[in-house]
Amino acid sequence: MSPSIELLRFNTCGSVDDGKSTLIGRLLYDSKNLMEDQLEALERSADLTGGGQINLANLTDGLRAEREQGITIDVAYRYFATPRRKFIVADTPGHVQYTRNMVTGASTANLAVVLVDARQGVIEQSRRHTYLSSLLRIPHLVIAINKMDLVGWDESRFLEIREEFESFLPLLDIKDVKFVPISALNGDNVVDPSPHTPWYVGPTLLGHLETVHIASDWNLNGFRFPVQWVNRPNDPQNAELHDFRGLSGQIAGGTVKVGQKVMVLPSGLKSTVKGIRTYDGPMAEAFCPQSVTLQLSDDLDVSRGDVLVGLDVLPGMSDELHARVCWMQPRPLQRGRKYFLKHTTQTVQAVVTALESRINIDTFEAEPQPAELAMNDIGEIRLKVSKALIYDGYATNRLTGSFILIEPGTNQTVAAGMLLPPNEAVKPEYNDFAI
Amino acid sequence: MSSYHLDHLGYLETEAIHIMREVAAEFERPCLLFSGGKDSICLLRLAEKAFRPADLPTPFLNVDTGHHFPELNEFRDRRAAQLGGKLIVRKVEDAIAAGIAVPSPGEISRNRLQIPTLLAAIEEFRFDCAIGGARRDEEKARAKEWFFSFRDAFGQWDPKNQRPEVWNIYNGRVNPGEHMRVFPLSNWTEMDVWEYIRREQLQVPTIYFSHRRKCVRRNGQWLPVTDLLPPREKEEVRDLVVRVRTIGDIISTGMVESPANTIDDILAEIAAARVTERGTRADDKSGEAAMEDRKKQGYF
Repeated sequence: MSPSIELLRFNTCGSVDDGKSTLIGRLLYDSKNLMEDQLEALERSADLTGGGQINLANLTDGLRAEREQGITIDVAYRYFATPRRKFIVADTPGHVQYTRNMVTGASTANLAVVLVDARQGVIEQSRRHTYLSSLLRIPHLVIAINKMDLVGWDESRFLEIREEFESFLPLLDIKDVKFVPISALNGDNVVDPSPHTPWYVGPTLLGHLETVHIASDWNLNGFRFPVQWVNRPNDPQNAELHDFRGLSGQIAGGTVKVGQKVMVLPSGLKSTVKGIRTYDGPMAEAFCPQSVTLQLSDDLDVSRGDVLVGLDVLPGMSDELHARVCWMQPRPLQRGRKYFLKHTTQTVQAVVTALESRINIDTFEAEPQPAELAMNDIGEIRLKVSKALIYDGYATNRLTGSFILIEPGTNQTVAAGMLLPPNEAVKPEYNDFAI
Repeated sequence: MSSYHLDHLGYLETEAIHIMREVAAEFERPCLLFSGGKDSICLLRLAEKAFRPADLPTPFLNVDTGHHFPELNEFRDRRAAQLGGKLIVRKVEDAIAAGIAVPSPGEISRNRLQIPTLLAAIEEFRFDCAIGGARRDEEKARAKEWFFSFRDAFGQWDPKNQRPEVWNIYNGRVNPGEHMRVFPLSNWTEMDVWEYIRREQLQVPTIYFSHRRKCVRRNGQWLPVTDLLPPREKEEVRDLVVRVRTIGDIISTGMVESPANTIDDILAEIAAARVTERGTRADDKSGEAAMEDRKKQGYF
């Protein structure tokens, strides 16, 4: 067996010329994750378009339109590994109009790298990227102050930019922030320590990515199991399988043990976990985000969209929702509009009952009662849904606190939503009398 | 490491199982594209993990170009039978005969002709979803594709009009005639695939392992000599110890010289490799945007 290796997902964000693609190219190149044919392709395109200079950004800009325009259109995922960890990088474009891509890349990230040009310091987009990282509750943040070579590796410039960030970071929800002075173009402090920064004692960017503690990034407090698929073999030849009825799904929060009491929502019926089944055999205990099949001791009517929860930490349950949304399509969001809302494993109908505020992501201030939310706007809205959701606040649980809105007809995904905490939890005695 | 933490394969596995179950729950007529290649072998194991002890809810679909390695087809048939799955094979040859796929004059490669054949099969069985084994690390255009990749009524992919994919929530809604391609292995690398094959002790077709084969050198690659690809005049036929790293058609798959006889050997070889997997596929070399163009038309 090979040693157990962890996977870290991170996204890189910065504005157009901050050198994101160059940084990713540099990480791949210096950690020896580039292959000869990729280098050859790079050299070929360097001769064609780059006047002989190898452009590390060509590694990530994969679509023809992007190479031609020298921009990155969509989120691109890259993969590399070191002996310590495997990495998935989401390269998210920095254009103002592409907030949706950043939200996409950030939604699954353990860590965000915000790139800043040392010459420019904190600009509007740096605040925006930092805010979005906080909004999406990315657990760890790295501020990579790039192009330090162009400011003469000046420590005071580094500290100045750091101070600018520290003036607004307390307004946000990120607890773990690291500042690293780098030159992506030349590789300083990216993989190998730079000889130009004797004043910097911290790890290189890759060193930090390899060691930052991520084992606690999943929510292991409060069991949540949205039922995804009911497993019914219905095999008349096999006595054991004839009556088998398993509830399959991915644990979206907490842990579950055989013998544990659980409640089924929305019915409120209680039962005990009789078995945790996987293809690899039974388990005594399972945890988020494992995919398992649960068997209950009672024969309850449970189907897709129902949620099994632990009795210790109970979720909210409501058909009136309060949420932050990132609007992702050109037709604006307005009061009264109807959508499909997909949350965990169920899709319900939803109507927008109020637009409470539009968040100015440069000042982080809420502008009350906007007429609409335009593409890439972030705002707080209220929704009424056709069936109560069983949910947690997004700040508590990214999986049970998130949803998407789908436009009927076009079937486009038009919003990413993050639920604010429920007003109250489901009562533990809920429906006890019904059993 | 605490017992409440998944290693990278555990993470990739639970992500893929979640996606497979979403497909089973949300689509009416899904199918699974199974070629017998290493990636789709992993897909089948993931399907077992997602759905056992029940029957697998999707039939297997394969487009046979007529240029397949015989070892691959034999493996495909055997594995599908073992799993008790229904295997549907649609042949490019038949599609050409029926006028569904039309070769251009002198076109020998069946690569392009797979596309209309696949789309016709999807239409024939009214599949609303096809699960495939494509990975984002294979190629730059694939790196931009989501897990759920929407195809319009012409089977086309529009890279500028993809549905944003956030958290683990997938939007699988399609209108009649449209379909979804779903790629549960999107986040897997070539290395992950082989590590998973080792961990799960999965069988793979023999051509992945070292064997003797007559080859000719063309465009910097060793191509296998067959009836479809006889040596040209003055071309030297070499008897080499080779294996395949990625399997395409027998006329365009470059063989790599290799003594690798076991999965461990293969893993060691990939770890030391200096070219990517697709570097051995002639079909991807035809231009910087070769894959992007094929995908837009409805390629796998």
